[in-house]
Amino acid sequence: MILAGCDGDRAWRLQDYVARGGYSALKRIVAEKTPQDAIIAELKASVLRGRGGAGFPTGLKWSFMPRSFPGDKYLACNSDEGEPGTFKDRDILRYNPHSVIEGMTIAAYAMGAARGYNYIHGEIFEIYQRFEDALAEAREAGLIGQNILGSDFSFELFAHHGYGAYICGEETALLESIEGKKGQPRFKPPFPASYGLYGKPTTINNTETFASVPFIMNMGGEAFLNLGKPNNGGMKLFSISGHVNRPGNYEIPLGTPFSELLEMAGGMRGGRKLKAVIPGGSSSPVLPGSVMMDCTMDYDSISKAGSMLGSGAVIVMDETTCMVKALERLSYFYFEESCGQCTPCREGTGWLYRVVHRIENGLGREDDLDLLNSVTANIMGRTICALGDAASMPVQSFVKHFGAEFAYHIENKKCLVPHEVQRAGSQIYVSPSC
Amino acid sequence: MLSQESLQQIDREIAKYPPDQKQSAVMAALRIAQVEKGWLPKELIEFVARYLEMPPIAAYEVASFYNMYDLEPVGRHKITVCTNLPCALSGGVHAAEYVKQKLGIDFNETTPDGKFTLKEGECMGACGDAPVLLVNNHQMCSWMTTEKIDQMLADLDKK
Amino acid sequence: MLEIEIDGKQVQVDDGSTVMDAAALAGAYIPHFCYHKKLSIAANCRMCLVQVEKAPKPLPACATPVTNGMKVWTHSELAVKAQKGVMEFLLINHPLDCPICDQGGECQLQDLAVGYGSSASRYQEEKRVVFNKNLGSLVSTDMTRCINCTRCVRFTAEIAGEMELGQAFRGEHAEIMPFIEKTIDSELSGNIIDLCPVGALTSKPFRFAARTWELSRRRTVSPHDSLGSNLIVQTKHDVVKRVLPFENEEINECWLSDKDRFSYEALNSDERLAAPMIKQGGEWKRVDWQAALEFVATGLRGIAKDHGGDSIGALASPHSTIEELYLLQKLARGLGSDNVDFRLRQSDFRADGKRAGAPWLGMPVAGVKDLNRLLVVGSFLRKDAPLLAQRVRQATKKGLHVSAIGPNAEEWLLPVRHRALVAPSAMVSTLAQVVAALAEEKAGEVSVALVGKLPAQISEEARAIAQSLASGRKIAVWLGNLASQHERASELQMLAQEVARLTGGSFGFIGEAANSVGGYLAGAIPANGGLDAAAMIEQGRKAYVVLGAEPAFDFANPSAATAALGSAQLVVSLTAFDSASLRGVADVMLPIAPFTETSGTYVNCEGRVQSFNAVARSQGETRPAWKVLRVLGNLLSLEGFLQADSEAVREEALGTEPASRLGNAIEGIIVSAAAAPANALERVADVPIYFADPIVRRAGSLQKTRDAKAPAARIAPATLAALGIAEGDRVRVTQGAASAELVAQADPALAAGCVRIAAAHITTATLGAMSGELSLERA
Repeated sequence: MILAGCDGDRAWRLQDYVARGGYSALKRIVAEKTPQDAIIAELKASVLRGRGGAGFPTGLKWSFMPRSFPGDKYLACNSDEGEPGTFKDRDILRYNPHSVIEGMTIAAYAMGAARGYNYIHGEIFEIYQRFEDALAEAREAGLIGQNILGSDFSFELFAHHGYGAYICGEETALLESIEGKKGQPRFKPPFPASYGLYGKPTTINNTETFASVPFIMNMGGEAFLNLGKPNNGGMKLFSISGHVNRPGNYEIPLGTPFSELLEMAGGMRGGRKLKAVIPGGSSSPVLPGSVMMDCTMDYDSISKAGSMLGSGAVIVMDETTCMVKALERLSYFYFEESCGQCTPCREGTGWLYRVVHRIENGLGREDDLDLLNSVTANIMGRTICALGDAASMPVQSFVKHFGAEFAYHIENKKCLVPHEVQRAGSQIYVSPSC
Repeated sequence: MLSQESLQQIDREIAKYPPDQKQSAVMAALRIAQVEKGWLPKELIEFVARYLEMPPIAAYEVASFYNMYDLEPVGRHKITVCTNLPCALSGGVHAAEYVKQKLGIDFNETTPDGKFTLKEGECMGACGDAPVLLVNNHQMCSWMTTEKIDQMLADLDKK
Repeated sequence: MLEIEIDGKQVQVDDGSTVMDAAALAGAYIPHFCYHKKLSIAANCRMCLVQVEKAPKPLPACATPVTNGMKVWTHSELAVKAQKGVMEFLLINHPLDCPICDQGGECQLQDLAVGYGSSASRYQEEKRVVFNKNLGSLVSTDMTRCINCTRCVRFTAEIAGEMELGQAFRGEHAEIMPFIEKTIDSELSGNIIDLCPVGALTSKPFRFAARTWELSRRRTVSPHDSLGSNLIVQTKHDVVKRVLPFENEEINECWLSDKDRFSYEALNSDERLAAPMIKQGGEWKRVDWQAALEFVATGLRGIAKDHGGDSIGALASPHSTIEELYLLQKLARGLGSDNVDFRLRQSDFRADGKRAGAPWLGMPVAGVKDLNRLLVVGSFLRKDAPLLAQRVRQATKKGLHVSAIGPNAEEWLLPVRHRALVAPSAMVSTLAQVVAALAEEKAGEVSVALVGKLPAQISEEARAIAQSLASGRKIAVWLGNLASQHERASELQMLAQEVARLTGGSFGFIGEAANSVGGYLAGAIPANGGLDAAAMIEQGRKAYVVLGAEPAFDFANPSAATAALGSAQLVVSLTAFDSASLRGVADVMLPIAPFTETSGTYVNCEGRVQSFNAVARSQGETRPAWKVLRVLGNLLSLEGFLQADSEAVREEALGTEPASRLGNAIEGIIVSAAAAPANALERVADVPIYFADPIVRRAGSLQKTRDAKAPAARIAPATLAALGIAEGDRVRVTQGAASAELVAQADPALAAGCVRIAAAHITTATLGAMSGELSLERA
């Protein structure tokens, strides 16, 4: 849907998007002066759930915005995609930036926001520049800015780039960052809908969420919902990485069996055996391959299996993977990316990493697994933002599902999977289609 | 302290934000300053802070928080390789090892001729393109096989 | 109002309260580090996690708003488990150096670790080390101990008004620091020592001087600025080791200025005068009290007899106590002299006899928070009254609009909406313009005394100030030190009174010193045609009794004061310090007790009477000045010097209702809209914060701060250019016969035509009046 008809780097421009039917929803809304409530109702009917990871119903979120609040209101788009495994927003912005611009403009119309920012991950700077180019096109065409399409509706939209901080994907850290500060999350309440950017009411959605809006407006909420399954409406982008033959983004209806998705991605690399899957970005609990093969790709099914659909980032690991080493790398990531604001995360992520690190390096102790469980329990639910939980869930789930492998490490001071096998399994691999 | 062109770029960034929110442009301003000067010495950070009418320590907080800002001098080309799990599963670590071996340096080191600095990166949001690396923060290189790394280093060496 | 149940106890709290507020009301203690009632909420330490009904996880009490019917358990199993979990995280990287930590014994982390910590650590890795920072001469750092609560960061940004500290880097590498290689220069910096819940920030002057549990704690009152901050003075073996705030919400809140906190170092300095000294044949000789007092009594009696009582002048520092000031004036009057004054830096005394009472702030200090318009006339607000400025700063966040008139626009770290930047000579006419504009705005008539006296031309700035005031609801006009010391102070007072009348606001004086109000109440001013401070210097007396003041630093005109005292027959100095300035002019120096070694009373700017007892043993032969004056009175066989104690002196001085003797109303001063002298350079003199009185100018650590730098000749850039002088040039500044050589410095915050040269400093002591014309040339 969002990526349908896109042609890689060749068809991202305004004229291409318009040729694909782009901006028709915005034009109709502006021309018909569609009531704000009607837009939000359509969105609610679609059961579109936030595509950034939390899966919060978008229509409900928009309805929280105090539309009658006098004074400035803001929109923010969260394109700070840095959760290991997630790379869908980059492709949306690269191949179809105008879908995000149109989605945000419709959102601004529906919520009475006069100004918006798209916060783009610093590492994809070329995409930031492309989005700036797309904004210039839209501005030139009167699709954003003052008196959009000759109406009395105005919306100024700008791009803001990150510069290397995963935490800015947390929505209040993102707001702090737009304000020119460190990306340290705010405690909630107050929520951004009442106290957001510059202290003003603000709604923040993920790139894919905004990009879905024009399509929902065009096809109707119910039709969108029917693409997926109840409570799991619509199409969703899944980013598949790891030990598959064709890593990449796949836009499929929610509810598609994992096995089909794996098939689309060319199946397991080298025909090796599936060992484990992280189904929703590195923060979601890992699931054994066998469990995953029984899941469908939607919020409810993955949740029932004990993990989260999250951002739809599927990391596939085969039998050559050492689970301790895999966790060590993820734990290092959270240690490295903790913002340092609140105690449990600042002190705890380093502790977790060091314990996993010593297990991996043959220095594990008998009670280390208990220690990991205890330290994660002391972090979870005690921090300002979700990074504490995000750092803890991988640890808990790796230990839960692959405890024997950890115990083997501690006892034998070496890895269950021979080192050469691991190395062979993680050689540089580039799909022939790339 | 900065060229007229850089200052104009910073002014364009300032214009993106409400008039009383100049500080919002600090990330872009530090980026622009770093592109011109190669890294961010304290005088430059202080200059940017004064330009944006914010306390120097607040600008330093930002410069030290986001890891693409360089608070120490780097080589002419900074190469940042992602070694996070999804990339590692498709050879990110091997790619990094290959670059290390080619340049004869480890992470956080600069070649004796001052041409290359190597950094280990965190997730760049491009896991499907693994192995992935960044050249000078702004240029992303995807699917980096050893052949492509050879080519890239050869090209950069000429610049 | 909201109902909340905390640990089974019902309490009612205001809307918008947090669980922490409610717990305070309910008397439930919730452990915390980052929370501080005067700072914004950070919720970063997570120590205050509590159990809240229906909440799936523990919530931070400091950041959780109370909802009606909420039930909270602060010590349930869930809450305590969370708190203990946080404590473990706080301790894993905290060094085990309590035995050598100055915070030991008063450390929140140490205290709470006893209740929530475990006896052994499960963290077996190497602890984090953080390099120390040089924050200057007042605050010492041991950053490895830091728990990143950010109280200090928030203090500098929110209370001190300038973000001088930040938390740089991130995650485990996060560290608190100033901008690279910068020190902390705030005049309120010491408060971060109190705020730091661990031993990361401690007092540099106090470093390793004592263990806190060895110290005795006694209350007293600061002798410095007009606020009268309440102090806890800590002593060991009767020697002052440290000064902390005594919390008084109506005065200093929980803060202290650095001047109040660190000036104590002077009390233990070797500049203290150890014993009475007499100058004989040009040589200073140590004598015993008996000999010294007899020498003084004989001398004064002789001069009174030979030349009349009128030939004696009594001059006192406004930092003297009520008891000292009262007995000094009584002594002078007993000798037949009405020449007594404590307003040593004042130059206009026309208001004497024309004011209703003792000039004061005109409102309570705590009332600043309710103001929504404030006009400050002639003030170095931030340095002259740091904590008053702090209150104004907080009020501006709640809607107070501040305007200012004066020659200086230096940074107050608070928004000044409108400012008339004018030379001192134009201040009267500018304030008169504000009055004229206000009369128009309010369609009101000006008082009879001002009819025909107001300028016809109204500047844009004056009109903007008037409009700001006219739109206010709760308005005050404050006359700062530059206004009190102004050559036409009484006219400024008349005009301020008119602004207050037209707006329905209050007006008053910020006050220069701890007893700027008290001196009036103690009667330390001429009452029956006697000479005021300036006249005593100008006309010269045969004998002077000088209490707590140094001619080179504490007078409006230091060169004239030094000359007048130098040519007197007898100068009796009562001083805590052996001073070169006094040695040059005095004949006797009597060692008197500084505020810590005597009982006494100060009346602060809002008219609050605050008495205190001695908190330390007298050093050397030092005696309380009130006792010295009492003995002198008796030696001179004067009546009324039989008070048994200082309380008796105070009661005699203040009567039962001192508040009824406050009053800013003034009449009978002719206001002239006279224009400023054209093309003349004018002096603007501040009294730098750390040179303002004899104690602080000897406080070693404060003397190493940026505020204690030697003064330059500061000039507006355009004026500097017009003079053909470059920044950094050495210049000779001349006022009549007086002159000094200084370095020229451009000061964009100064009105055109002004030269700002600080008073009260050795390099400017050879100069004349604090205002008026001067000339300047390259040296």
